[in-house]
Amino acid sequence: MTTLVVSSIGPASSVQDGGRFGAQRYGLTPSGAMDKLSLAAANSLVGNGLMAAAIEIGPFGATFVAKGGAVRVALSGAPRPADVAKRQVDINTSVTLAEGEKLTLGFARGGSFSYLAIEGGIAGEPMFNSLSVNARAGLGSPYPRPLQAGDVFEVAAASGAPDMRNELPKPGGAIRVVMGPQDDEFSEEMKALFLGSDWMVSATSDRMGYRLEGPPLRHLHGHNIVSDGTVDGSIQVPGNGSPIVLMSDRGTSGGYPKIATVITADFGRLAQTQAGTPFRFKAVTMAEAQAELRRYKDLLQSLPGRVSEIVSNEFDIDALFTANVAGHAVSATDVTTWLGATPD
Amino acid sequence: MADPFPSPRILPSGDSAVTVEFSRTIDETANRRVLALDHALAAAALGGITETVPTYRSLLVHYDPSVIDHDALVMRLLALSAGTLAPDGEVRRWRVPVCYGGEHGIDLEDVAKALALTPDEVVARHIAATYRVAMIGFTPGWSYLSGLDPSLQMSRRQNPRLLTPSGIVAIGGIQTGIQCLAGPCGWHLLGRTAMRTFQLHRAPTFLLEPGDEVSFTAVDVKTFAEQERAAEGGELIAERIAA
Repeated sequence: MTTLVVSSIGPASSVQDGGRFGAQRYGLTPSGAMDKLSLAAANSLVGNGLMAAAIEIGPFGATFVAKGGAVRVALSGAPRPADVAKRQVDINTSVTLAEGEKLTLGFARGGSFSYLAIEGGIAGEPMFNSLSVNARAGLGSPYPRPLQAGDVFEVAAASGAPDMRNELPKPGGAIRVVMGPQDDEFSEEMKALFLGSDWMVSATSDRMGYRLEGPPLRHLHGHNIVSDGTVDGSIQVPGNGSPIVLMSDRGTSGGYPKIATVITADFGRLAQTQAGTPFRFKAVTMAEAQAELRRYKDLLQSLPGRVSEIVSNEFDIDALFTANVAGHAVSATDVTTWLGATPD
Repeated sequence: MADPFPSPRILPSGDSAVTVEFSRTIDETANRRVLALDHALAAAALGGITETVPTYRSLLVHYDPSVIDHDALVMRLLALSAGTLAPDGEVRRWRVPVCYGGEHGIDLEDVAKALALTPDEVVARHIAATYRVAMIGFTPGWSYLSGLDPSLQMSRRQNPRLLTPSGIVAIGGIQTGIQCLAGPCGWHLLGRTAMRTFQLHRAPTFLLEPGDEVSFTAVDVKTFAEQERAAEGGELIAERIAA
């Protein structure tokens, strides 16, 4: 049997896929990858379905060993140093681990979550068509909790397909929001402050919510509303005035006014924003948000077609850019071109 | 016939969901309208609606804008909201066994003291009412029930407990509720039930539906322990007494 063994891993790492939908009315949160574009990019490199389950790796390092045969994997998301037996592994590439070989991942640099997709996917018992881990509810498979050293994934033997690379467009600019549903709980002055201030993700953030540091926002009528439904990217403002963006493990309902909602196309980019990096919000209309959603979905669907064979493991990224062979690709080694969550 | 109810407010929740808000407060009529719209929407089987989340006073409608246009959806939601108050069909009713007080209801004595009642009176009033599942939210199976006897109304704990056991039956404000999983809770714990609103590998996985009616019955510690073991094996424990 071919397996991928977790020999070491930091906290905040778990199996995630496209999410668990259909039971939010029963309080079951969708969970799923924090950055679904990166999940899809990793999966596309090993020929999996775009939203197949992969290993979401938090900011700390991790090591994996192939046992019982060769295993083909791909890395996407937050850039980080990575190697297999001293061979460097770039972000947005696939690599085959021979039996006994170890993949070593360092700390994330510019971003929070990387995705390790395994050719053939992850074996587990789906619930509501999902393996995603929701640690609070004890759900997910094959391990219904954050990963730890010693965990073993049963995987398909490597197909022998060549190693691949992928190109992703360069994201950047403000995090776009649609105002509401409770923006009328805030004065025009407070809404202007929300849209005109620099924000930073607090270090206390997790998969449930990103606490934001910035000027406190005051409510017009107090901070309690009767609980109503939430979505990924709901920005609620509790009594202390510091907004919390609800992320993939959010509660399905909440009792604080929600000033705005992050658009789907920018949710993963916010998820990748590191603590201490300033960013801004920008309000867009519903029509603009939905046009961006179409572009985002088109980009996701285009990923398998963007995959190309790695001709050499030692190509010169600068030469590629100079020759414009890489088009709109971003540099995997220069994080400033990658997750530019900077104000526009 | 003119619609006896005002139109709900339609509020955007990002690019793929809208909130249909019937009231800003906890309101019996608003909750019935929420559930009526939820049923009407399910019956209409509109393409592009991916899931709905009923709450006390609003219905969150998740949709795929590549299948159904926002403005068209809003028109349908307003039309379906008009006129009706209650879902068609019989309401399901459940009798839920609760072990009140003692180690399973550690706040019962304090609640009784605060309300100038005896613990038995608190339990009797909690059992006497018929509740409606107004919403399920926050964590899997956490059921918010409306219909609490107003004499049992009291504000939530100053310091929420960070961890309470699974299956607690508690009161807070003008609500009572059943918490399925262990977790934090700021309400006052009256007792515990072996009934699981959510249980993996059981059919149905989720027992209660928004709109169901619930009443409670008292069981002793020994019965609770037996029911816990039966629940472990997948038994429903709650008794279905109507519909």
